[in-house]
Amino acid sequence: MLPTYEQKLWMYEHMLISRYFEEQIEQIYLEGKTPVFNMANGPIPGEMHLSNGQEPTAVGICAHLTPEDIVTATHRPHHQAIAKGVDLNKMTAEIFGKKTGLSGGRGGHMHIFDPAVNFACSGIIAQGLGPAVGAALSRKMQGKEGVAVAYMGEGAANQGAFHEALNLASVWKVPVIFVIEDNAWGISVAKAESTAVGDNSLRAVGYGMPGHMIPGNDPIAIFDVAGEAIARARRGEGPTLIEIETSRLAGHFMGDAEGYRPAGELDSLKAVDPIPTMRNRLATEHGLTTSEDEAIAGRARKKVDDAIKFARESADPAPEEAFEKVFA
Amino acid sequence: MASEAAAVATSNERKLTIARAMAEATAQEMRTDPTVFVMGEDIAKLGGVFGNTRGLLEEFGKQRVRDTPISETAFMGAAVGAASDGMRPIVELMFVDFFGVCFDAIYNSMAKNCYFSGGEVKVPVVLMTSTGGGYSDAGQHSQCLYGTFAHLPGMKVVCPSNAYDAKGLMTTAIRDDNPVIYMYHKGLQGMGWLGTEPLANVHTPEDTYEIPFGEAAIVRQGTDVTLVGCAMGVHNALKAADKLAEKGVSAEVVDLRTLVPLDRDTVFNSVAKTGKLIVVDEDYQSYGLTGEIIASIAERDVSVLKASPQRVAYPDVPIPFARVMEQHCLPNPDKIVAAYEKIA
Ligand SMILES: Cc1ncc(C[n+]2csc(CCOP(=O)(O)OP(=O)(O)O)c2C)c(N)n1
Repeated sequence: MLPTYEQKLWMYEHMLISRYFEEQIEQIYLEGKTPVFNMANGPIPGEMHLSNGQEPTAVGICAHLTPEDIVTATHRPHHQAIAKGVDLNKMTAEIFGKKTGLSGGRGGHMHIFDPAVNFACSGIIAQGLGPAVGAALSRKMQGKEGVAVAYMGEGAANQGAFHEALNLASVWKVPVIFVIEDNAWGISVAKAESTAVGDNSLRAVGYGMPGHMIPGNDPIAIFDVAGEAIARARRGEGPTLIEIETSRLAGHFMGDAEGYRPAGELDSLKAVDPIPTMRNRLATEHGLTTSEDEAIAGRARKKVDDAIKFARESADPAPEEAFEKVFA
Repeated sequence: MASEAAAVATSNERKLTIARAMAEATAQEMRTDPTVFVMGEDIAKLGGVFGNTRGLLEEFGKQRVRDTPISETAFMGAAVGAASDGMRPIVELMFVDFFGVCFDAIYNSMAKNCYFSGGEVKVPVVLMTSTGGGYSDAGQHSQCLYGTFAHLPGMKVVCPSNAYDAKGLMTTAIRDDNPVIYMYHKGLQGMGWLGTEPLANVHTPEDTYEIPFGEAAIVRQGTDVTLVGCAMGVHNALKAADKLAEKGVSAEVVDLRTLVPLDRDTVFNSVAKTGKLIVVDEDYQSYGLTGEIIASIAERDVSVLKASPQRVAYPDVPIPFARVMEQHCLPNPDKIVAAYEKIA
């Protein structure tokens, strides 16, 4: 199921929004953290996991989703949220810990919840999988449209929750797609040193579902495979496991010195950065002109700049608001 | 019985961070006991996200210093199995908040196998885990959960406030034949990127030594009020004691050092002397350390209390991300002073 030119442009634009967003967040995150790097300081404190390089996994999947479909995201959620259509102003304000944020500043960057587009998040590895199965079950029981997508890193495929959720989804034949973003690293631990199989999609066999492995960090190939898997789920034929080879162009989190990365790895990953690759493809295959490209990039930049402005100008929550919303 | 804290003695001698003190104690035990080994996420090549296993891979190699997959259920269970078979695993749970994915191995096996085997099966595991917030990491990465572990029988619980204690308690933990939950506070770890309490870095002897479990330390003598806490709570209490001293109030500060076993005698004797008690805890207030300490005084002899005991703990809400909300919830020296003023 190959994308139309319009769909390709949508994917490209959302890749750009995501990348600009992360570049802005990276800069702002460092405000107040130099010369001494202390996570507690600056307008964006706490941990920060950037998604630079992983944009294809977000757009290739989410291009098939509507707001009614469900996504459960990870500790590295910005690209997934942007592709799913999470309100960027409110998400940015949340990352800044502002009152206007999605949760009024209670959750922050690892806890992005936007029920308007059925987007949820957990900072605990593999803990989005069970909820995705349950949301898919709920749709099935209520006779409502919609599929659930559970994102995870390749490191999460070694959690018990991964194996339990895949089995359960298959036994109940619920409309859920498990998407592994294989960026080759779980913090400092390489996939090869932690995972019994080189290709996690092989694990699908053990749970009676189709498994696909997509090399190349290629949004179009991802779109293709995801389209079939999601259509299958919508037809009521059950879950699919997809592993996508992608790349982490930043540290595990901001402040990670990355001493564990082999010399030269980052340079070779940057040489195949999916964003210029996609731009070149659109130019050569569809004749995307420089001015068209600049218009797309300008729109993306404006959307991000507006969101950052909104976040910066928003007020802090009142300290006592910490005590609200514990219960519904 | 209370022992004087060597920690507070000022000294020109070598100072360590808690992270380095933990790593040094571990290395010293590994040199003399081949059954000691370390496993956990990012503890080998990276040396631990919080630095407490740095240098171990280089000295002891991959057999004894093992990076694990992100599979806490499996490796926590593996620690139980290896420990019951003659090894002494030290296992790291990167953040205590992650206990949810592996708690069965901890509280149903690690903590109960000795009892269920009539004392025949020993489970000498040291479970190291990071605690605490204050740097806006939100509610899945900032909790203390001291009470959760201390509540369940069969595990000893250690929570150092400084490097001297950290080293001695680690040595004792590794030599103990029981499961020991070693809870180190991120804000005391000596990792600059987390912001760190400088008073946690204290003189730490190179030679190996043990600090017995169940002996609190009186880290500041006083006569008017007893401030009790562990880990970061001790530093908050010491700062509050400075502020109280400016008002002419003499506060005694008790560092519990271990929560299981708990040195109730030292706390009681101090309160019997001062007549007033404030318990400081970064864990959630209800059903936790603060209530336990107060209850242990009240049930022994409530007449030693000249005023209602106070607690300065984390309120019963998930830990928020936004700085203003988190800082509002955390215990701090001013809150301790305010608590004193209520009973002054
Ligand atoms: C249950 C649990 N264990 C450990 C962690 C700490 N942790 C956060 S991210 C991470 C690595 C995750 O690797 P992967 O799933 O491959 O995702 P990536 O970070 O590469 O996107 C770890 C170990 C956690 N958040 N939850």
